[in-house]
Amino acid sequence: MLIRKTPDIRYSEVTPKGLYLRRREFIHAAAAGAIGAAATLSPVGTARAQAQGGRAKLPNVRKSAFSTTEKINPYEDVTGYNNFYEFGTDKDDPMRNGQKFISRPWTIRVEGLVKTPGSYDIDTFVKPHALEERIYRLRCVEAWSMVIPWVGIPLADVIKRLEPLPGAQFVEFTTLLDPKQMFGQRIPVLDWPYIEGLRMDEAMHPLAILAVGLYGEVLPNQNGAPIRLVVPWKYGFKGIKSIVRIRFTDKQPRNSWEVANPREYGFYANVNPTVDHPRWSQASERRLGEFLRRKTLMFNGYGDQVAGLYSAMDLRRAF
Amino acid sequence: MKVFTLLRRTIFAALLVPAAALVYWTLTGEAGPNPIDFITDTTGTTALSCLVLSLTVTPLRRLSGRNELIKLRRMLGLYAFFYACLHVLTWSVLDWFFDWESMAADIVKRPFITLGMTTFLLLLPLAITSTEGWIRRLGRRWTRLHRLVYVAAITATIHFWWVVKVDFRQPRLWALALSVLLGFRAWWTLQARVPRSSAGSA
Repeated sequence: MLIRKTPDIRYSEVTPKGLYLRRREFIHAAAAGAIGAAATLSPVGTARAQAQGGRAKLPNVRKSAFSTTEKINPYEDVTGYNNFYEFGTDKDDPMRNGQKFISRPWTIRVEGLVKTPGSYDIDTFVKPHALEERIYRLRCVEAWSMVIPWVGIPLADVIKRLEPLPGAQFVEFTTLLDPKQMFGQRIPVLDWPYIEGLRMDEAMHPLAILAVGLYGEVLPNQNGAPIRLVVPWKYGFKGIKSIVRIRFTDKQPRNSWEVANPREYGFYANVNPTVDHPRWSQASERRLGEFLRRKTLMFNGYGDQVAGLYSAMDLRRAF
Repeated sequence: MKVFTLLRRTIFAALLVPAAALVYWTLTGEAGPNPIDFITDTTGTTALSCLVLSLTVTPLRRLSGRNELIKLRRMLGLYAFFYACLHVLTWSVLDWFFDWESMAADIVKRPFITLGMTTFLLLLPLAITSTEGWIRRLGRRWTRLHRLVYVAAITATIHFWWVVKVDFRQPRLWALALSVLLGFRAWWTLQARVPRSSAGSA
């Protein structure tokens, strides 16, 4: 007699292989969906989902004429290889150690020579502005580069809204100081918290943005969630991450890398192939994913737009 | 098999692991988005590790009284040279792809590269004269020549120190290890001298 045994699992119940392989993403997406649905009243429900560890799409992102048409680096490069010393000094430390970082709720303090000082919730802070995709080259001072599709808001629009007083000549940004979450801050490799600054005309330049996302999604922790600076004609270290304070001042801020080593890092940090870092050449760079080095371009290729900011300056001295 | 032979073979096999792992990681994409940088770092630190390990042999032999340990010294030294070769090859082929002009400029203008190249050139004659034949031919001069390894270990450590931007924890550890190992030798040299002079005055 032939005994037919019904299989314990019907085929319809088997998870499709593709989905199975992406099960983590699937779980995250499901979680994000659930949280998103619960938070539909809030326009930034998707952003909240990100705080739970998921990857959430940003809605209504406009394209921008400032974007490059160059080949974009894969998501894995952008989110798996970067410097964010708050999470460790190796290139994959931010990805490893940033996973549990809590980037919501988040408050940004606006201080100094400005008409509207105060504490702003991140979502209230970003909401008045339309999100734009800006595909920019990023050139690290360590002579590697990437092309990254940021999502952000023009810094100039934010500054106009905040209404700086006439005496404000510089903008200073500060990263969160929280050694409990940011393990790297327990080691005094830099004078924490991280500080960066821009001259007011640099900050008002249309290329400068505050990024809140990349690849059309909410900014991952390791890339500086929830909000970071992107100044594409300057070396990457100017792009301060996880900003908690914006201060308008009449004095040139002392940025962390300049404090750490004034001989090697300056305030301006414009990408400049003719001014070498004291320890290595800046004439060429390796675009991640390419084998041969390529020549580094003045102002990282944004010279047409930004050279005018520095026309009266000796860039060898103001490096 | 004698325990020592087993130890020697184990160390030999273990020191092949970094090279094998590099090949494997590069092929599988686990070397990360910037594999050239990763290979440069890994071959460099492995070369330094082997060099410093080779300097532990003499102190260990003196402390333990086990003379057969000396047989490990050449192997460790040659491994240091092997990884140094990979390191220099990575730099010249993968990083610069035979751009001689840029490489020459770097050697002259960048102190950390000058020191790296110095280290390599110091190791080169030591590797060449590591054979039985050369040991016999050079006699006492061989011992004197191979003291260059101390200089190479120092230049290698400074080379590493100068590559680092602000996180000096690793190079500091290497410098400490090296100081201890060279300190042993300095102490023993002094010890060897003192009794002789005091005996003379007695």
